Amino acid sequence: MMESIDMSLVDWSRGQFALTAMFHWIFVPLTLGLSFIVAFMHTIYVRSGDEEWKRITKFWMKLFGINFAIGVSTGIILEFEFGTNWSNYSWFVGDIFGAPLAIEGIFAFFMESTFIAIMFFGWNKVSKRFHLTATWLTAFGASLSAVWILVANAWMQHPVGTAFNPETARNEMTNFWDVIFSEVAVNKFLHTVTSSFLLGSLFVIGISAWFLLRKREVLFAKRSTVVASVFGVIAAIATIATGDTSARIVAREQPMKFAAMEALYEGQTHAPLVAIGAMRTDTTGLPNPREDFIFKIEIPNALSYMVFLTPSGFIPGISDLVYGNEEQGIMSYDEKIQRGAVAIQTLRELKKAKARGDDATYSALLEKFQDPVWIENYYQNFGYGYYKGRELKELIPNVKLNFYAFHIMVILGTHFLLLSMYILWLSLKNRWGDHKWLLWVAIITLPMPWIASQSGWIVAEMGRQPWVVYELMPTISAVTRLSPGAVQATFWIFLGTFTALFIAEIKIMISQIKKGPEGK
Amino acid sequence: MVKKVFKFYYEGFRNMTWGRKLWGIVLLKLFIMFAILRIFFFPDVLKRDFTTDEERSEHVLEQLTNP
Repeated sequence: MMESIDMSLVDWSRGQFALTAMFHWIFVPLTLGLSFIVAFMHTIYVRSGDEEWKRITKFWMKLFGINFAIGVSTGIILEFEFGTNWSNYSWFVGDIFGAPLAIEGIFAFFMESTFIAIMFFGWNKVSKRFHLTATWLTAFGASLSAVWILVANAWMQHPVGTAFNPETARNEMTNFWDVIFSEVAVNKFLHTVTSSFLLGSLFVIGISAWFLLRKREVLFAKRSTVVASVFGVIAAIATIATGDTSARIVAREQPMKFAAMEALYEGQTHAPLVAIGAMRTDTTGLPNPREDFIFKIEIPNALSYMVFLTPSGFIPGISDLVYGNEEQGIMSYDEKIQRGAVAIQTLRELKKAKARGDDATYSALLEKFQDPVWIENYYQNFGYGYYKGRELKELIPNVKLNFYAFHIMVILGTHFLLLSMYILWLSLKNRWGDHKWLLWVAIITLPMPWIASQSGWIVAEMGRQPWVVYELMPTISAVTRLSPGAVQATFWIFLGTFTALFIAEIKIMISQIKKGPEGK
Repeated sequence: MVKKVFKFYYEGFRNMTWGRKLWGIVLLKLFIMFAILRIFFFPDVLKRDFTTDEERSEHVLEQLTNP
């Protein structure tokens, strides 16, 4: 069946999901980041009683509200797509994915209907302290809401705390804490929220720079910038620190993704880190196609050092992972495919034994799925079994895309840290706004955190291809057998709807920014 | 208490100035999502095609074991 699967169905289904997720991710990081900045501003107002801080708080709260309202519920479409386009996957992971998403749904509902309402409608209606509490709870609630979806994503990247039930074809949670406190989940959450805080900071800095450039609302812009740049510097440092940890985890848990991020084909000790480079596709190399560098600037030993904290650490390349490396104890993909095929065959025989009422065979086969050694040797390679008879290159992610996305994210992240630090230093010396060129840099930088954030998700999701659930379920077995035409149709409907919503957001935002803070 | 909460929300929405256009967009978006996309384009395939969890398991097992 898999040999005959229409790859355009898989590609369109993936494209549709990617489009929805990337659109959703336009709004989420700004909600996460701006909510805390608003909470800090609100706190300063309550503590100082200075009416200018109230104007500042209300202005950024308004922009937060626009972003929140346009973005709210866009994530639910992803859940629709799970049930329609990825029904095998939904069933396979149901118990694991269902619990975090249900908690997220309930949590988001209560947060949105209570705290946010008090935050927006509470001016002069509830006590100042209660109002401030609601603003803080909105900020913490938004981040906590993100926990659950990130836990679910982390489980797909690194499935732990679960056991596969071959009778129902579902994964069942065996340890809730292992799922939510897995190293991948914790680091994913920290990296995602801190990078979103940075995005919110650069949004505030960029818009404040626009006001300063027009010499409007100077006090408002300078005060906003102080809060945003302090928050931005802390967030930038935390983003880089968690990104570093993330790279180490990826190198250990998803070595193919890590090799693709650096376009490393041949494994080595003293591996250099490519600081910058450009590639061309060589269709004659193996594995075919292969991306070769036209030019690159490398930092000697840095990649090995980054992962192992010693330059002598061995970083496996794409060839080592595909063809195996006995010396380093790396199993070849051919071997994994054979083992995966055994696991699929065992599941098939179990199903047949049940159908013909052969209890003895059924019990014997069922025991295999409970035997830790068999699970380690065979079930852990279950997903590879679907590639029997297919080309090995299908198991290699898009190297060029991963390399560029990863490097764009890292280069922009460095730019954000330096810019935030410089602006904070100027703000503290009351010289922010003196240099016109820097104001322009801040304005031009405004959309860049979205590029960096989306690039990060491209690395996370494209780098783990072809897996939906890492090494257990590839996209070809997860997808629902629909007509590719139907998926294409919804793709274009989404593109139209999302574009209209995005234009509406930008137009409303710009009109409110132009109006500036009210109440002077 | 309920009356107070209702009044709080009612007056909040009523006094909104910049938010009315926004709420129009939000309601239109929710209508498109739940009344059009969900119903006509995004059925839950396994719920639609099978009545029991056992049938769903059978179907997915069949899909997973016939590569």
